[in-house]
Amino acid sequence: MSREPVGLPPIGDGAIGTNPSFFDLVVRTRPESLPTAPLAASSLPLPHGTTVLGLKFEGGVVMAGDRRATSGNLIADAKIRKVFPADDLSAIAIAGAAGQAVEIVKLFQLELEHYEKITGDRLSLEGKANRLAQMIRGNLPAAMQGLVVVPLFGGFDERRAEGRIFYYDATGGRWEEDDFQTTGSGGLPAKNSLKKRWRPGLTLDEAVRVAVEALIDAAEDDAATGGPDTARGIFPNVVAITREGADDVPEDVVVAAVRTVLEERAR
Amino acid sequence: MSFMPYVPPEQLMKDRSDFAHKGIGRGKSVVGLEYADGILFLAENPSATLHKISEIYDRVAFAGVGKYSEFEELRIAGVRLADMRGYSYGREDVRARDLANAYSQALSTIFTQQMKPYEVEILVAEVAEDGGRDEVYHILFDGTVTDEHGFVAIGGHAESLGAAVKEAYQPDWDLATAVREAVKALSAAESRALESSSIEAGVLERTRPSRRKFRRLTDEQISGFLATT
Repeated sequence: MSREPVGLPPIGDGAIGTNPSFFDLVVRTRPESLPTAPLAASSLPLPHGTTVLGLKFEGGVVMAGDRRATSGNLIADAKIRKVFPADDLSAIAIAGAAGQAVEIVKLFQLELEHYEKITGDRLSLEGKANRLAQMIRGNLPAAMQGLVVVPLFGGFDERRAEGRIFYYDATGGRWEEDDFQTTGSGGLPAKNSLKKRWRPGLTLDEAVRVAVEALIDAAEDDAATGGPDTARGIFPNVVAITREGADDVPEDVVVAAVRTVLEERAR
Repeated sequence: MSFMPYVPPEQLMKDRSDFAHKGIGRGKSVVGLEYADGILFLAENPSATLHKISEIYDRVAFAGVGKYSEFEELRIAGVRLADMRGYSYGREDVRARDLANAYSQALSTIFTQQMKPYEVEILVAEVAEDGGRDEVYHILFDGTVTDEHGFVAIGGHAESLGAAVKEAYQPDWDLATAVREAVKALSAAESRALESSSIEAGVLERTRPSRRKFRRLTDEQISGFLATT
């Protein structure tokens, strides 16, 4: 006799215990709603997002991304968002096929919230990073067709009391970075920029400025990365993760950092 | 071949109902009440980790009394239903009424079709946006749903607890007063004083800046509320 209450999703997942994964629940009960690769995706002109980066500072991690999504040689969106708080203590930044990426972010956010509600505990940062690797791996068939999603993941590790940055490749490979990391088409110039300007023990304001400057450098060398646009009011997304939480850095702080960098360069 | 004696359905339902009532009557109670800024759930719970009161979704919370394994199973099913609903449609489409209906269907099926009914009673509450109306649903072991207003008591001492809250209840209590009065009513119903460390409380707070309106009250917060008289 079944013990499953009707109308509610199934409880038993196997021999013992409750599976706290939202992703597994969707796979089991609503697989059609997961992001999948369209046939011959590489021939479709789909929007792609470009440069994102993460760097450590004294209180945690700053993650930032430009705002441009491209579709071939066209700009698909000038104000797309690529950096998202994943939960209270972590954030995810994405480069790659925008549609897949946004969907993976949404699933990942729900995964963390669901776990927290089912078990009553927050996942460890290590656990979150591993879970993301598995979800990226699940996107591998789409990645093989050109819908690559490569995220950066940053968070505050409560047990170690420090910020940590992880980066991924399209196969779900996962590495931890000591200081800073970039990804996306403008990742290389951004990384070179960070290499010159990053130093241990940056304050939040300094870290925001270093991040913004790296994005401006990336935009100068990479056509698919959008620079700040003061005329239309388009500025990078910057999220700071500290032990107090993961929140957007207020836009006026970002705007001030952008203006300082641009003024210095105008001289 | 086994021989099944005839049992009149009235007798069958009554036996099951008595059985469930007995199980719930042995357990602790939960009180739910609407206060100025939201909804408070409060219970005596000697365990700090095996909760009776939990978050389901942004604006929806859950409280259960009776057999822990059974209401915990219902809670998990509710979180799954809510998260799936929110993922498939939108976050604002997750409503307490849908959950209450799902629970009612599930419990009613279990009550009539399974060997043993669940020995649980649950509350599902949703805090409204500013100016809206809060919703509190009370679901019994047989699937009966009632829509509650103001305050509600469930569990072992539901009747005396309800009566104790009723005497004092004001809908415009602030949180501190609501906690204090709820603890007073629980103590009265149990006819003994309660330790503040054995009190579990959670609130759905309309004014909370986060989209997740549920918050557990810590032991320090509860003893702080109880100290200010």
